[in-house]
Amino acid sequence: MLKLDPNIPEPDDFYEALIKAHRGLSAEQSGRVNAKLILLLANQIGDLDILREALAKAREGVEPAGQDATLEIVA
Amino acid sequence: MVMAASIDYEALRLPATPRPDAETQRHPVVIAGAGPIGLAAAIDLAQNGVDVVLVDDDDRLSTGSRAICFAKRTLEIFDRLGCGEAMVRQGVGWSKGRVFHRDGQIYEFDLLPEQGHRRPAFINLQQYYVEGFLYERAKALPRLDMRWRHRVAGVKIEGEGVTLDIETPEGGYALKARYLVAADGSRSFVRKALGLESHGQTFRDRFLIADVRMEADFPAERWFWFDAPFHPGQSTLLHRQADNVWRIDFQLGWDADPQVERQPERVLPRVRALLGKEAKFELVWASVYTFSCLRMESFRCGPVFFAGDSAHGVSPFGARGANSGVQDAENLAWKLRFVLRGQAPEALLDTYGVEREFAADENIKNSTRSTDFITPKSEISRQFRDATLELARDCGFARQLVNSGRLSKPSVYASSPLNTPDEDAFAGALIPGAPCADAPISRDGRDDWLLSVSGDDFALLAFSPSPSQIEALRAFSSGEIALKIVLIAPKTAGFVCVADDGLAAARFDARPGTTYLLRPDQHVAARWRRFDAAKVDAALRRAVGEAIRC
Repeated sequence: MLKLDPNIPEPDDFYEALIKAHRGLSAEQSGRVNAKLILLLANQIGDLDILREALAKAREGVEPAGQDATLEIVA
Repeated sequence: MVMAASIDYEALRLPATPRPDAETQRHPVVIAGAGPIGLAAAIDLAQNGVDVVLVDDDDRLSTGSRAICFAKRTLEIFDRLGCGEAMVRQGVGWSKGRVFHRDGQIYEFDLLPEQGHRRPAFINLQQYYVEGFLYERAKALPRLDMRWRHRVAGVKIEGEGVTLDIETPEGGYALKARYLVAADGSRSFVRKALGLESHGQTFRDRFLIADVRMEADFPAERWFWFDAPFHPGQSTLLHRQADNVWRIDFQLGWDADPQVERQPERVLPRVRALLGKEAKFELVWASVYTFSCLRMESFRCGPVFFAGDSAHGVSPFGARGANSGVQDAENLAWKLRFVLRGQAPEALLDTYGVEREFAADENIKNSTRSTDFITPKSEISRQFRDATLELARDCGFARQLVNSGRLSKPSVYASSPLNTPDEDAFAGALIPGAPCADAPISRDGRDDWLLSVSGDDFALLAFSPSPSQIEALRAFSSGEIALKIVLIAPKTAGFVCVADDGLAAARFDARPGTTYLLRPDQHVAARWRRFDAAKVDAALRRAVGEAIRC
């Protein structure tokens, strides 16, 4: 089960390190770092049920305003 | 057995079949479409005693560059159909692949790392050879009536059968069938004529296929580049085929103009960028394609069965199109045969849909995932893809996520109603519903393969049965359903016996007494730790659909 209660003993240290990891980067570079970070952390968690819960929690309340490049077809 | 390859099947013109004077009889099975799927289904039925009419609107086999990768399971089916050896001799066998990102290799794989298999993980062979060898085999079957330039122009379901309007150069005629197999491809006329549809998604990307003939020292492996140094920002796939022909797929992106990109002056520089300025090669084919993943909701419509591309379509990364189609054909052929002979209830035919719609979903899922990786659908999808590729250089976990195509594997029909669930404990992959593993054996002192001994009917494999079990097997009658009993045991009078050097027993997790029931399509129907006549009888009846409630 996804932990939502505090689990990081030094929360301010973590937050500082997270922001520091992006220091001096363009938005695009930060996007790359974030993508790698998510993949690394997902492998560390290694539990698909928890990852799915986290994905759902992260998306909660976000109304889709974009679209992807897939076309529905009928043949 | 088909052995020769001296014919140019790509150029072969088949004589138009004269229009029959009067068609009064209703045929048990008519197949529309003489591609690899229609031919395989027709051969399977005809070599097992069913009269088949195979109609095709054309007078040629496949031309150009279409399906090229034929998987181990498909080759095992072709072996059973009497033309596997010719395919393997002509084709380029491979089991290894490499994935590159920019100028570095990030990943390599071996799809068949163990010894003791008759067939390689894959062969690459142009589709016209595959159809040519199937055609040679089909010609040798007296029950198979092939009709070229006989186009299906109308389809009517009438009572317990189908009436087709057939157009020929000499005029039309009506052709009646109890069952129709629509193997007429992705733009299936039969599907449209019956008002049926295939639904799915198409991907916003274009790929150039360039086939070149050259002498080259690339190994016979599947090579895939992401962001190739010679084709920046896009992917490239290289495969070796027969006759020193190499197939190269260049990703072009959605904005590429398909008419312009297939012109030799555009294609040649791309090929030279890969092969080097000095390379000597001849361009033999160029085309630009987009791809879709889609399927019909139901593969059966009364007496009509859809098989291959008419029923489902996938993107090419993973070689899941033709391979799954041949597996459709095999799944359907034995079921039609048993129902036509009155050895199985009509309900058996519904399991064609149940099993092959499940397989299509699996193929579409895998091929869609590959496509999402190769052709990211959004900016964030591209960021994750690129992050995965960068991490893959030194992180094993990321290499697992790299997806350049998950290559075709036969489906395991784990929840098929034809299976008898295990009562006994077994380890390994051969659960009920799984395709049977092959293994080297010897028979009367000659080397052979287990799958070639099992044959076209149900088979019972009994590993080292005890003397009392041998007597019980001797007394066993499977009634009207043909059953071939094979003992993996020393020679015993009255039985087909084969000797195993241990691989068969290991792959089947067999101990003395272990017994497997195989379906005619060589999928496992049931297994036990000891032979029990009542249980085998019940499993056999279940495997022909007698337990299914209509």
